Parts: sequence; C-alpha cells; structure tokens
Amino acid sequence: MESPIEDAAEARVAADPRYVELVRDRQRFSWTLTAVTVAAYTGFISLIAFDKPFMARPVAAGATTSIAVLLGIAVLLGTVLVCGVYVRRANGQYDARLAAILADARA
Amino acid sequence: MVAAAALLAAPAQAGIAGAVQRQPTNWTAILMFAGFVGLTLWITARAARRTRDVSDFYTGGGITGFQNGLAMAGDYCSAASFLGITSQIFNDGYDGLIYATGFLVGWPIVLFLIAEKLRNLGRFTFADVASFRFLQGPVRTFSAVSTLMVVTFYLIAQMVGAGQLIQLLFGLPYLYALVAVGGLMMVYVLFGGMRATSWVQIIKAVMLLSGATALVVGVMAQVGFSFEELFARAVAIKTGLAERAGLSPADAAAKGAAIMGPGGFIKDPVSALSFGFALMLGTAGLPHILMRFFTVPDAREARKSILWATVWIGWFYALTFVLGFGAIVLISLDPAYVGADGVLRGGGNMAVMHLAHAVGGNLFLGFVSAVAFATILAVVAGLTLSAASAVSHDIYASVIRRGRADPARELRVSRITTVVLGLAAVALGVVFERQNVAFMVSLAFALAASGNFPVLVMSLLWSGCTTRGAAWGGAVGLVTAFVLTILSPVVWVSVLGNAQAVFPYSSPAIFSVPAGFLAIWLLSLTDRSPRAALDRAGYPRQRLLSETGLAAGAAAAH
Repeated sequence: MESPIEDAAEARVAADPRYVELVRDRQRFSWTLTAVTVAAYTGFISLIAFDKPFMARPVAAGATTSIAVLLGIAVLLGTVLVCGVYVRRANGQYDARLAAILADARA
Repeated sequence: MVAAAALLAAPAQAGIAGAVQRQPTNWTAILMFAGFVGLTLWITARAARRTRDVSDFYTGGGITGFQNGLAMAGDYCSAASFLGITSQIFNDGYDGLIYATGFLVGWPIVLFLIAEKLRNLGRFTFADVASFRFLQGPVRTFSAVSTLMVVTFYLIAQMVGAGQLIQLLFGLPYLYALVAVGGLMMVYVLFGGMRATSWVQIIKAVMLLSGATALVVGVMAQVGFSFEELFARAVAIKTGLAERAGLSPADAAAKGAAIMGPGGFIKDPVSALSFGFALMLGTAGLPHILMRFFTVPDAREARKSILWATVWIGWFYALTFVLGFGAIVLISLDPAYVGADGVLRGGGNMAVMHLAHAVGGNLFLGFVSAVAFATILAVVAGLTLSAASAVSHDIYASVIRRGRADPARELRVSRITTVVLGLAAVALGVVFERQNVAFMVSLAFALAASGNFPVLVMSLLWSGCTTRGAAWGGAVGLVTAFVLTILSPVVWVSVLGNAQAVFPYSSPAIFSVPAGFLAIWLLSLTDRSPRAALDRAGYPRQRLLSETGLAAGAAAAH
C-alpha cells in the first residue's frame, strides 16, 4: 500500500494542474473555516471565563434574555451554518471540478 | 455523558453517578420500552439474514448520508446528556449551555479536516487510515489499544448510568438493568452487526428528538410561545425560592437573575479552555463515531452525514436548554416533584422526567423513560461494535495474521470479542456500581483528543510523519492525558481521597493534545530508519487517494 504512484490514471491526476489547484483551494477553504470555528468557540469560552458580568447582562433594557443566551444559541446555529457552507461548496463546486479531472484522467 | 461532565466541575451537584432512590415499578415505561426492543429485535433478525461477511458486519452494507447523520446523532446524544443538562439548568441555569456548545463544536472540525480523507482511504476502522502508509503492526496496535481504552471508560460510564437509570425510571434492580443492556447489545451486534446497530441508533434518534420536541412544544404552550416570558418566569421563580430560603429581597433578586449568565461551572480560565478543547477535539477522535464514516458509499455522503448529524445534535442541545428552563417554571413549585428541601424527588437527574409528567401525564413519562433507556442501548451498541472491530480487524487480521486472515475467521473473532465485551461490560458495571465514575466520559474525550486525533491529523496532513512518530507519539499523547487525569482533582481527590491534587485543572487536553502533536513531530523528525524513508515516500500517493477517492472505488465495492 505504501508504494509510490505507479498507476497511469493516478499519475495523470497528480500531474494535472487543475488537481493541484483544486487541492489548494479546498485546503485553504477548510482551514479558513476551521480557524473561524475555533476562534469563535475560543472567544465564547474566553468571555465566559474572563467576563461573566458582561455575559449576564440583558440584551435590552427591561429584558430578561441575556447576552450569554444569545451568544450560546448563536454558537449552536453558527456551528450548523458553517457545516452547511462547507458541504455546499465541497459537494457542489469542488466535486464537479474533481469529477472533470477524473473523467479526463480515465479517458 | 454531560451529567458526568457536570459532576466533574461541580462535585456537590447530584448527577446520575450520585445517590438514587429506586422508584415504584413503572409499567407504562416498561411496556413502551418492550415495544422498542421488539422493533429493534425484528430489525436485527432481518439484518442478520443479510450479514454474511466481514464487510456487512463492519459497515452494514451502506446507508445514505441522511440516515447516517441520524445514526451519528443516535450514537452521540446520550441519556446522561438528556437528563444531566436539563437537570443542571434546572439547578443552576445557564451553565448547561456551555456543555451543549462544546459537544457540538467538534463536528465541523471533523468535517473540515478528516471526514472526506477518512472516507476516501479507509474501509472499516479509522486505523485503516492512520496506518495507511506506515508499517501496519505498530500503528494498528496503537490504534486498537487507544480504541479499547476510550471505549472501556465510555462503556463503564454508560453501564453504571444505565443501572441507575433503570432504578429511577422503571423501578427495577440495578443488576437487571446491566443484564438487559449487556444482553440486548450483544444480540444487536452479534447477529445484526453494523446494519442492526445503525437502525437501532436511527430509531433511537427519531424517538429522542421527537419526544424532546413534543415536550418543548408542551412547555412553550404554557408561556405563550415566548422565550422572554419563559426566562422571565424562571427568574421570578428562582427569586421567590431564594426569598423563601431567607435571603434579603436584593440578594434574592440577584440570585434569581444569576441563572441567565454563566455561574460556578467555570472557575479558572485554563480549566475552561482545556475542557472546551477536550470536548471539541475528542469528538474528532472517538472511534465509534469515526467508524460511522465507512457506512456511506463516498466522501460526498460522508460530508452530508456530518451536516445532518450537526443539525440533529444542535437541535437536541437547543431543546435541552429550553427543557431545563421549562423545568424551573413548571415543576419547581410543585411538591409532587420537588421536596421541601428544594431537591428533586427520585434523584438529582429527574428534572426532565418530572417535566414530562407535568406536561403529558403518566403516558408521556413512560414514553420519555423508554426513550432514555433506548438511548443508552444505542450508544453502548455503537461502542461495542467499534471495539470489536479494533480487535478483529486491526489486531487479529492486520497484526497477527498480517493481512492474510480468512474473512470468515475474522468475522468469528469479532463476534467472540462482542460476547467478551458484553460480559465485561456487565462485570465492570457491577464492580463500579458504588464508585464515582463521573470523570470517565471526560477521560474518554481527553484520551481521544490526545491520542487518535493527533495521529489522524499528522498522518493525513504531514508528509514527514513516520511509523515511529505515529505509533509512539500517539502513545505519548494518550499516556499524558491518562496520567494527568489521574492526578487531577476529580480522580486524585474525589476518587482516591488525597488532600491536594497534583494537577490542578479539571481537564488535561490543553497540555496533552499539544504533547501528542509535539511527540509525533519530534519522533518523526529524528527518525532515520529505512522504514521512515518508505513512510515519507508513501505520502504523495496517500495524499492523492485521500483527496480524490480513487482507491475508494475498491472500498465501496467491497
């Protein structure tokens, strides 16, 4: 299994500039979203750890709902959203580009 | 699961691991649960007829991304988080949401960094991927040991929780529960393999989500479907209770308002971040979750699985938050549910059960009890299957038989392992009945985050990683997490009875995860063996296959 690339179709894909470009794009996109997710979550936990009074403040004068509740729900929603954004692009644009590369390599 | 985590941070709070009182026998609950068992056994019988080879056993012959997402939610949402989070919010308010976010936020990390590569390279276990270009023996041995450690601690927590839940919900003795859980789990896995396990988890997820959703609708109907009204009434009730306890009006108002903000759960920032990272990265290293990626045909469906899993798990945690506040509003003042001392009747985790009774009477209580028990079964079956495949596929077929195992024998080994694990789970449940097992779920997450996760990421993304780095570096992360947990307050002080913890923080992840990565990097970098040259030379092809799924055609057709 640990052999280098010998198969002809595999070699054609590896040498295809569109493949190199696809991997670079997808990698950049996934690391960007990873950074966004980790930063948002770390920020949320840090607010809880360092500034509890801010988190306990109501969202508006006279309201009971606090900033902490709003941010917590935002983290839950944002997590689902960020997954949706990635799957949309990966299963759409990236998979279409990959299919074209693979079709040419097998032809 | 979360109840365990809650105890970790707030030992004073009663959780599933705390004292419970046996309840009167609840026949509605038992009948509804019997219905669930009948349905799942029927599915298992059907699955058994179609489980002919190892591939059927490990992957269940393929399901869609949507189905797999539901099954992942069924695998991940435990009864302890359903009961534990709601009860924690019932007692202290907001803090329960901190767990909820931590348990969800690992999923996008799995999606972005490992899901598609895992699916493209692997067939049955995550070790297929971790060991892809390496010498099989050392890396598979590490993966199997790590899988067994994670599964064992997770399993003990589930079994002890199951026994105590049964006393609470059904009014049956502790040992009955263990034998029922161990026996049913063995039947599902033994005869139905992954196909039966997937369907048990899917049915459970649908029951849990619909039950919790119905309960939330019932709660919201009482407050005019206004969250502001729900929160305002909860604060008013907590304020009233504090006044009744003898606090001055100003202090009581402050105490009431405190449920809307973060409270005592997070004491020091290091523990907070460390705990958060253990939850987030541990999710990406749980063997029974990673194994679910091989039940779908390709990377495309694997991505969809995670999106759906995130939707359902996020929905579930949002529901638990509302249910916790609903419990404050609807049951706090009712002496049928809460004693004069302010403690929940029947045990500290009963908030959502009482709430079900308050909203929908005995029938609904029975349904929710059956759901809670079904939940434990589904989680336990998933854990057992992943441990059985680690033993049969990684240790027996790949290490002992060096990849030349007879498939029929491999299947037999996994079935024997399942029986051994079932018996061991019951025995461990008995042994740990009176022990404080609260730390075990967070330990399982910390181990997965510090061992499996760094090994997977480094082997998939770093060309310089070698056999030595992956196997021994992963072991360093695993051992660091284990030792630091033993030295931390939850074990060193609470379980072992020492006066002062050697390691002061509640979770080791912030140290043990970097330790794992650093060890893999250092041991690979300094590796000058001939094998290391082969390992590095194998990277371009592994990378190509992981990005394109060119080899997955063979895997999908297995």
